[in-house]
Amino acid sequence: MASAYDTTDVPAPRPVSGEVVIRMAGVQKWYDSFHVLKDIELEVHKGERIVICGPSGSGKSTLIRCINQLEKHQKGTITVNGVTIDAHHRHLDQVRRDVGMVFQQFNLFPHLTVVENCMLAPMRVRGTSKQEARDIAMKYLARVRIPEQADKYPGQLSGGQQQRVAIARSLCMNPKVMLFDEPTSALDPEMVKEVLDTMIGLAEDGMTMLCVTHEMGFAKSVADRVIFMDRGEIVEQATPAEFFTNPRSERTRNFLGQILTH
Amino acid sequence: MIRAFSYNEFLFLLSAVQWTLALSAIAFIGGATVGLVIALARTSDIKAVRLAATGYIQLFQGTPLLMQLFLVFFGATVMGLDLNPWAAAALGLTLNASAFLGEIWRGCIQAVPRGQWEAASALGLRYPGLMRYVILPQAVKVAVPPTVGFLVQLIKSTSLAAIIGFTELTRAGQIVNNATFQPFLVFGIVAVLYFLMCWPLSLLSARLERRYALATR
Repeated sequence: MASAYDTTDVPAPRPVSGEVVIRMAGVQKWYDSFHVLKDIELEVHKGERIVICGPSGSGKSTLIRCINQLEKHQKGTITVNGVTIDAHHRHLDQVRRDVGMVFQQFNLFPHLTVVENCMLAPMRVRGTSKQEARDIAMKYLARVRIPEQADKYPGQLSGGQQQRVAIARSLCMNPKVMLFDEPTSALDPEMVKEVLDTMIGLAEDGMTMLCVTHEMGFAKSVADRVIFMDRGEIVEQATPAEFFTNPRSERTRNFLGQILTH
Repeated sequence: MIRAFSYNEFLFLLSAVQWTLALSAIAFIGGATVGLVIALARTSDIKAVRLAATGYIQLFQGTPLLMQLFLVFFGATVMGLDLNPWAAAALGLTLNASAFLGEIWRGCIQAVPRGQWEAASALGLRYPGLMRYVILPQAVKVAVPPTVGFLVQLIKSTSLAAIIGFTELTRAGQIVNNATFQPFLVFGIVAVLYFLMCWPLSLLSARLERRYALATR
C-alpha cells in the first residue's frame, strides 16, 4: 500500500510546551534473565501525543506499564509530574492518580454498572461524594457519547462501547496523562473507528497521551512523535512525517515494510 | 432396663438438632472470619505471609478432624485450661473450617482475572479498596456454591463432637440407642434429621448460583 508512505496527510509538527510530564532515565527491566527494557531514556512533554510501535515482544507495553508501576523496573528512575517513583507508597499513589490507563481487554468491572465503573475511583480514591461522582461520570460518558448506557452492565455493551466506557472511567480521575495499551487490538474492525475517534477527540483537547498501537493511520494524523521499539530498546523516534518517509534504522524499515505492505 | 422408642425419645433427638445447628453456626462464622484472613494471606504479595498461611492450611487439611478435636480438648487440659466440650468443639471446628474455607476462597480470589487487579490499581485503588470493591465482590460470586457445599460438610462434621462428650444430634442418638437398643430405627431417624438440615442448603446453593449468573450476564 504505497499511500502509507504518502506524506500529504501528515500535519506539520505542532509546537509543544517545554514542561516535562514524564521522564524515564536509564530504565532497565528483566524478566528473570530476559532483558525486556534496555536503558530507556524518554521525556514526554505536556500536551504531547506519542505513539509507540514495534514488533510483539519488543517491550512497548512493558514500557508504558512501568510508568504507573503495573510492572516494576529494576534500574533507573521514572518521574511523573515531578514525583519520582520509589518505595514510598504515597508517591506511587500520587503517580497513579495522575496517570490514566486504557487496556487492550477493557478490564471494566463486570459486577458494576457503567456509571458505577466510572464513579468507583473518584469516590474511593479521591473521596468525592456520590452525587458529585455521578455528575462527573455522566459528564465523561456524554463525552465518549454513550450516556444512555449508564445503567447497563459492561457485558451488555459492544466491545467498542466498553472501550469508550474504559476511557471515560479513566477520565473521571482527571488524569494529567493517558496511557493506551493497544486499545483497539481486541476490537472487531467495525468498532475500531469509534474508539480512535474518541482518542482523537481527547488529543484535540490537549491531553498528554502515550499510545501503544498498530494503527498507523492514527499515528500519522495524531502523533507528535512516533517511537519505534525493538528488543527492549528505543530504536528510533521521529515526527510521523520523518518516521514514515525517511526511517533511519534498518530495523524500522523492515518493520514498516511488514506492517504497511500487507 | 430397655425402654421402648416413644414420642419422648423422638422429641429428645429433635431437640438435639438445635445443638448441632448452634455448633455448625459458630464453627461457620468463626471459620469464615479466620478463613477470610487465611485466604487473603494466601494471595498476599509478601512471601512470609503466604508461606505461613500455606502451613496453616496444610496442617489442618493433613490431619483428621477427630485428632484436632482431641488435641484441642485434651491439650487445653494439659495446658491447665478448663475447656468444656462445647468450647473445645467450637474451637476445633473453627480452626478446621477456616483452613478449608481459606483454601476454597483463595481459589475464588485467584479466579478473578489479573486485568481487574490492574485496572483497579491503575485507577489508584489501594489494596483494601481494591479487595473490597473490585476483587471480593467478584470472588463471592464464584465462592457461593463451594462455600454452601462446605457448610453441608461442616454440619455433618459436627457429629464428631459427640466423641468428646458434646451432646449434639449424634450423641443424642447414642444415648437413646443405649436405652432403647433399636439402632436401625434410632440412627435412621438421626440420618433423616441430618438430611433435612443439609438438603435445603444444597437447594439454596443452586438457587444462588443461578441468581448470580443472571445478575452478571
